[in-house]
Amino acid sequence: MTRAIDLAGVWKFYGDYAALRDVTLTVEQGDCCALLGRNGAGKTTLLRILAGLSSFERGRTHLFGSSPRQAHAAFLGHGIGVYEDLSARENLLFFGRLAEVPDPDRTAAEWLERVGLANASDMLVRQFSRGMRQRLALARTFLHLPKILLLDEPFTSLDDRAITMLSELIVESRRRGATIVLSTHQLREAMVIASHVALIENGRLRHAGERTETMLDDPGLLYRLHS
Amino acid sequence: MKTVKHALLIARKDLAVELRTKESLNAAGAFSIVILLLFSFAFDPDPEQVKEIGGGLLWLVFAFAGALVFNRSFARELPNDCLDTLLASPLSPASLLTGKALANFVMLLAMELVSIVIFGIFFNVNWTRHIGELSLVFALGTWGISMLGAVFGALTVNLRLRELMLPIIIYPLLIPLLIAAIELTKLLLANQPPSPSDFLWAKILIVFDVVFTALAMMLADTILVN
Repeated sequence: MTRAIDLAGVWKFYGDYAALRDVTLTVEQGDCCALLGRNGAGKTTLLRILAGLSSFERGRTHLFGSSPRQAHAAFLGHGIGVYEDLSARENLLFFGRLAEVPDPDRTAAEWLERVGLANASDMLVRQFSRGMRQRLALARTFLHLPKILLLDEPFTSLDDRAITMLSELIVESRRRGATIVLSTHQLREAMVIASHVALIENGRLRHAGERTETMLDDPGLLYRLHS
Repeated sequence: MKTVKHALLIARKDLAVELRTKESLNAAGAFSIVILLLFSFAFDPDPEQVKEIGGGLLWLVFAFAGALVFNRSFARELPNDCLDTLLASPLSPASLLTGKALANFVMLLAMELVSIVIFGIFFNVNWTRHIGELSLVFALGTWGISMLGAVFGALTVNLRLRELMLPIIIYPLLIPLLIAAIELTKLLLANQPPSPSDFLWAKILIVFDVVFTALAMMLADTILVN
């Protein structure tokens, strides 16, 4: 197996506050690692470091042997990452061209169809409902078939249709060999799609390992064991 | 090559958004027209005075109106965390800064074109006699302002008082560029033949553009990520 994500002894400080404390974590290619933890535990900080959006003070981070800035993982954060004053098609064309997908027009059209926005493709995003925005954000994140996906609480405030769509996209991405790290509070959904689980608490990694059948039956088990 | 391609994509996207919303162009255009009109009516300068003050008036208008454009440049990326999405994408920070500077450049040039026409009408100046040289001075001066605006627009984008901070930071840095552009514009509006010493101003403009563009490219990662 190829090591896709490799963090060793990573420390991140905000002023004097240590948001991450000596975090060491590896994720193999094709795995889906659910990053669990309470609010403020350090999940978003860890994902932002992996995405190359935040620097860190100590330790090392590699994605397929490169620095996070060179690895270009697809990142879906708390914002949907699309422009309000562009249409759905213009947004996907823009991000498709940035990622140098082979045929941006065709790819954008296919993704608009797939996420059920083909009829609204020329509408401005500011006219979209919340559900439509979320589906467009999913299309934006997955359209260039990234090798690494970093998803920060992707299930939060998604409707049923979008949850199903996201779960399918994650499973499909894993099937083609993509590596996924997702932070979440939705334990049940996460346990179903994750192959591995990591628990982070007060910036420290408390647990990292395979997701077991026991966790699937009792999603809150890890929290109880490490609280 | 990739940097240029990505920079053009960013510029095209920014211009498409701006043409749709006209947030910056309306504000900068209105500001320029009002200042030029007020100056014309308040001082009613004779042709000789216009030759003396024309260059200064125009470049002060361009610089102040520019701040209105630069403030929106990176602020446009804040809703929906688009800046994070861009920085996590294959786009290099240098491409992002160059693309932003290019979009600023086009918007400022459009505003300058409107301003010079208004200036010509209300101050009764024939500015078309040296249109080639004047265009070159405008292009060189505007690129320097645009690049500096992009760099400091990026640095101040997350500040609560960015609208206030941006002009405070960039105007002192723009002084050499503005002096050179003002001197050259004054010369061209007055229809005077340039003396060898006047070429010094052109050299200052070119050096300013080259130095700040190179610095921006080298420090892009630090400016945008760290």
